[in-house]
This record gives sequence, C-alpha cells and structure tokens, in this order.
Amino acid sequence: MSVLNAKGVYYRELNRQIRAQFASGVEEVRVQNVNGQRYIGDGISGSQRLILEGTPGNDLAAYMDGLELIVEGNAQDAMANTMNKGRIIVHGHAGDTVGYAMRGGEIYIRDSVGYRVGIHMKEYLDRVPAIVIGGTGGEFFGEYMAGGVLMLLGLGLADAAPIVGSYCGTGMHGGVMYIRGEVEEYKLGKEVKSVSLTAEDEEKIQHYVSEYVRYFGGDAAQILARPFNKLIPANKRPYGDLYCAW
Amino acid sequence: MTLSLSTPDFLIERNRDRCINCQVCVRQCANEAHIWDEEEQRVKSDDALCVDCQRCVTLCPTHALTIRKYPLEFRENANWSANAIKAIYKQAESGGILLTGMGNDQPYPIFWDHLLLNASQVTNPSIDPLREPMELKTFLGRKPEKLMVQDGKLVEEMPPQLELEVPIMFSAMSYGSISLNAIKSLAAAAEKTGIMYNTGEGGLHKDLYKYGKNTIVQVASGRFGVHPQYLEAGAAIEIKIGQGAKPGIGGHLPGEKVGLEVSQTRMIPEGTDAISPAPHHDIYSIEDLRQLIYSLKEATQYRKPVGVKIAAVHNIAAIASGIARAGADIIAIDGFRGGTGAAPLRTRDNVGLPIELALAAVDSRLREEGIRNQVSLVIGGSIRNSADIVKAIALGADAVYIGTAALISLGCHLCQKCNTGKCNWGIATQNPLLVKRLNPEIGAERAANLISAWEHEIKELLGGMGINAIESLRGNRLMLRGIGLSDRELSILGVMSAGE
Ligand code: SF4
Ligand code: SF4
Repeated sequence: MSVLNAKGVYYRELNRQIRAQFASGVEEVRVQNVNGQRYIGDGISGSQRLILEGTPGNDLAAYMDGLELIVEGNAQDAMANTMNKGRIIVHGHAGDTVGYAMRGGEIYIRDSVGYRVGIHMKEYLDRVPAIVIGGTGGEFFGEYMAGGVLMLLGLGLADAAPIVGSYCGTGMHGGVMYIRGEVEEYKLGKEVKSVSLTAEDEEKIQHYVSEYVRYFGGDAAQILARPFNKLIPANKRPYGDLYCAW
Repeated sequence: MTLSLSTPDFLIERNRDRCINCQVCVRQCANEAHIWDEEEQRVKSDDALCVDCQRCVTLCPTHALTIRKYPLEFRENANWSANAIKAIYKQAESGGILLTGMGNDQPYPIFWDHLLLNASQVTNPSIDPLREPMELKTFLGRKPEKLMVQDGKLVEEMPPQLELEVPIMFSAMSYGSISLNAIKSLAAAAEKTGIMYNTGEGGLHKDLYKYGKNTIVQVASGRFGVHPQYLEAGAAIEIKIGQGAKPGIGGHLPGEKVGLEVSQTRMIPEGTDAISPAPHHDIYSIEDLRQLIYSLKEATQYRKPVGVKIAAVHNIAAIASGIARAGADIIAIDGFRGGTGAAPLRTRDNVGLPIELALAAVDSRLREEGIRNQVSLVIGGSIRNSADIVKAIALGADAVYIGTAALISLGCHLCQKCNTGKCNWGIATQNPLLVKRLNPEIGAERAANLISAWEHEIKELLGGMGINAIESLRGNRLMLRGIGLSDRELSILGVMSAGE
C-alpha cells in the first residue's frame, strides 16, 4: 500500500500521482486530505483499490473501469459518470447525477444522494450496474433509466418523510428500482409502474442489503422487514409510436 | 380501417417496349414498389410505395424505368402547398410527429452561392499547383499564445493536435444510423487520404479499431459504447451537444435497428430503443461542459484534443465563446442544412441557422475576444463542393465536416428516407441484404476519390488567388465578395460587396 497526501495538490497533479502509483504495480493507494480535487480515478482500468480520505470533487470515477474505490467522507456531483466496471463505497452522502449512463459495477452510498441519480443507467449482457443508497434520493431519480438496479433504503427516515423526489423514473425504459417504502403516485413518471416483488427480486434485494450492511453496518433483517416497492418501466418503448413517416 | 387520403409522391413509369420482365426492380426495391404479378406474368408497380431513391432506375438493364413527381396537382394555392396539405393528412391519420431523414430541404438562401472568390491578375502572380508545392496540411487543436524556442526546441509542450492532409473530415454518423459497410468505407477512405472520420454516438465496432489514428470518437448524451478503451481508440474525442438537423433534440434509434452487432457496439440489449436524451444531464451550463471536457482530458491524460459539436443556433457566437473558454480544443458547428438519420420534420426545416452566417459570427467574435487561437473551428451543414470549402476557410473555418456529400459519394440519392431503415443503397439501413449492396472497398475508393478530387480543386482555387498555403487563406475574408446580399448580411459575413 502507498499513501499520498493531497493537501494543496491540484487535481491534475494528484491524478497523475495516483496513476503513477498504480502503473508501478501498487495494489492499494490511500490518499489523505482529499479536498475537492476533481476527476479522481477517471478512466482508470484495473482491479486495484483506491481509498480517499476527505471529500473528493466532481466527476469522481468517471469512465472508471474496474477499481475498488472507497470514499471515507462525502462524494460530490457526477460521481461514476459513464462508469464501466468496478465498485465504489461512499461512507457519507453523494451529490447529483451519480452514475450517469453507468453500464457496469456497483455503488454503495451510506447516506443520501441529490438529484438525477442513475440517469440513463444501462445494462448489457452480464453487466448489470447497481446503485444502493442508504438514505433518500432527490428529484428525477432514475430518469431515462435503460437498465441496471437502483435501490433506496430510506434508513432512519421519519414516518411520512419522502424517500424520493418527484419525476421518479421519467422516461424509464429498462432496469428496475427497489424503493423501501411507499412512493406517492404523483411522484412517478408516467413511464413507470409499480409491480409486486417476485422471488428473484427478493433474492436481489437481500443480496444488495447484505452488501450494504457489510460495508456500513446495521441489521439486514431489520432493513428487510419493511416492504420494498418495485418500479419498472410501463413500456419498454415509451416513444415507440410517437412518430409517423413523412 | 379509415380511408387514407395520402396520394403517391412519385409516379413509376415503365416503358413496356423496353421492359423484359427480368424482375431486377422487384428484387432491388426494399420498399416493395415493384411487384411480380404471377398471374399476368409481368412486373407491375405501386406508385404509393416509391420514395424516388433511383435504385431501380440505375439498375434496370434496359433503362425501362423513369420516376417522376406524381402529376397530381392540388388547386393552385400560394399558401397551401401540396406538402402542407399532405402533412395534415398524414398527421390526421396517425396522430404522430412527422419524421424524416437527411437535411433541411427548404428554399432558404444559400450564402455560399452569394459569395465569390478572388483571383490574381497582374499585381500578384497566380500559382500553378501542378508545378509548385501547395500546402493544405491542417492542424486542429489549441494553439499556444506564443511560441518560445530554446536550443531549437519548443519550450512549452504543444497541446495535442489533429493532423489532416486536407481540411476535410467525414462528419459524425453513428453505427446504427448508417450501416457498418458505410462506416468501413468512410474509415478506409479517411485512412487513405490522411483525414478523419467520426464514429457518431453509436460506439466503435470491433472491426474499426484499426482505423484509430483516423478516428474521432464521439461522446453524446446517451454515452453508448463509451468506455476507456473507446476513448483511447481515436485520435480525438468529440462531445456532441447538438446537430444541425435537429438542434435541441436528442436521438432515438428504434429497436428495429438494434440488431446483434449494433447492440454489441452500443452495449445495450438487442432490440431495445437507444435513446439519447436531448441534453447531457450532467451539462446544464458552460461550467458543467468544462467539467465534461476535463473529465475526458483526464481520462485520456491530455493526449488527445477534445472537441465540442454544437448546432448553429441564434446565439451561436456567445455560445462558441463559452465553449472555447470551457477548454474545448475544437468547436464543430453544424448548420441547419446538416443531414441526419432521423429528425422531426418541423425541427429539421425550421430550427437553426445557415452555417455561413454562424461561422462568420463565431470567427469574428473569437477574434474580437482574442481567443481565436485557443480553439479550432470546424464547420459542417451542407458543404456541397470544393468551392464551398474554400469559401468556408476564407470565412474563418479551420476545416469542414462533410456528411451528406460523403454519403452521396457512396451512392446515396438523397431520397430523405434514412429514418425508414430501407435504404436501397445499403447506407442508412441495418438490413443485411441491403447492407451488402455497398461494398466497403468500392465505397472507400469512391469516398477517397471525392477527397482527392476536391483536394486538387482547392489547390487550383488557391493557386488562382496567388496563395500557396491554406493557412494564408484562413479567415482571409478579403478573398471573398458578396453578391445579392443586404448590407446587414454583408456585415455579418464580414465581406465587401462584389465590385468594391
Ligand atoms: S423506391 Fe427506389 S427502387 Fe423502389 S421504385 Fe422507387 S425509385 Fe425504384
Ligand atoms: S442514405 Fe439512403 S435512405 Fe438516406 S437519403 Fe441516401 S439513399 Fe435515401
């Protein structure tokens, strides 16, 4: 393991150092005093581990392809933009547009996320990306979702406090959302419908919850005791008959 | 079923003296406009299905076929054209948005045709490109403010540049919107002629990785097939914000066109719709754009120029200035005549700006702000010939993108039905029977021929002006005069009137 100190280091230099560490064969890099540096882990391929102490900046792990990335702090906006593979564990909150167009890998966020999380997530063959969020999600959760799994646990939420914002799943045409608790009808995009869980869903939910508990602690049985709401696209081709040929 | 009020657009005329009932037309027309009548043992046609792609006309061995505009005339009405009426019939029947292909076909002014080039006489000798060297080489990318040389070497590292033998590139056309054979043709032609082709937003097919050094890889809002290997594969990266045929509108590749290989390349399941949202949902401002640009630069370690493609819209000069300041190395501007695989008709025909005005406005603005060196300008949106290119360079472009012209070189007949997936020329289709009509080797040859022909013509035109390097023409608007333009148009174009 090698340790880098990010204090006062500009992102371009910091990212260069991180890449150099991995290129030299180091399997685990710990970066201390991270404070807003952007683009950490961007486009890096490999299966090494990167641990960040502090608050990394926007576009963390964009196009990332395999790393295990652990954030000991909060993450900001656009984390895991177009991520291809790998795993991110955030011991805190994350901002807006987490996992935009993400196509593979898993993200576990201990607390809550901002707006437009999981927009245009996709899946392809054995790549089924997942984002598991311990707290709540903002508006436009899963907009244009085309594949993958989005999960909101709403842990520690006061009764009747909203777990997700409005326009949830607008334009959704693939994938699935599991939301622990009720989502008011008016909040759902018109392309989304709520259906009951199958045995396969139960299994998936158990898997993701046990992973969540493994990273952040808590009682899986207690989390699973509250029913989940399953949301899927009402129609795989929401825009299928919108057009006529000129 | 209710009665359809739609009437045919075209009339298929078969000269029965010439027709030998060989049925070539029946086999060639994917629209099934020609039918073999078993009972009567002869070929017949259904005018209503013809889109005037000229495939049957070209292939009929006895030249028995003619396609004409259908002679049905509505009562003359300057307000209600036949198209205006027919559009309403179609929408009344379907309730749908009218969808079409290719670029704006409306009779808006074409400013290229109102610009005249200069030539040398007496006071400045013209140059014969056949005898004297003529430099068309073009570098796209950020140029440093000043060059500092020490011991014969540059002190500061040059920002990454795209090197072109001719200031022409094939514009973005995705795998999905056009066929793999069409892309292979363009990729191989780009390699042969030392220029670039652009993947469009559909990812990069495995067979195309070998053309990497002649490839611009695109990143659009759907992020299809975008991963580190893809970003590394090309010579440059282009962020697609918009395109001239449908500014402000996203893309939508219908599931029917997402077969096995398209699905592998886009990395989405077979048969699903590939929807590119209208905006990138991580870009709501110039600052956000900067973030995407730098995320791509970081991901590729600053080794590749990152460009941004936008459609020409009303506030284009200010937008381009913002994009330059956001750190783009290249700005590609697509005028309102730019083609497309599919666009809503009303958007295609009514939104955007002529590229000539957009280019002049942007070049002037970037110069005024002293940031023209920070970014290269590439323009597209109906470049039809080499003279258009020379005029574009004189107006301030560094290079041009050609899309429609490139497809015409492959055999496209501009029937504007790219959205149907039934392109009889094997271009805008994923139907394997149609795709194989386009031989990628022949296609590459034809597209490369077009580039070489234009290269010669550009040299001729330059030589005539007494200029021996394209650099000396760039933004040299003194080489242009306007004809038949208003004072306002002349001032936006920044050119004097013919005769001045
Ligand atoms: S659509 Fe093309 S091939 Fe078919 S009849 Fe018309 S011109 Fe001929
Ligand atoms: S690409 Fe094909 S469908 Fe499109 S305009 Fe050309 S010939 Fe017609």
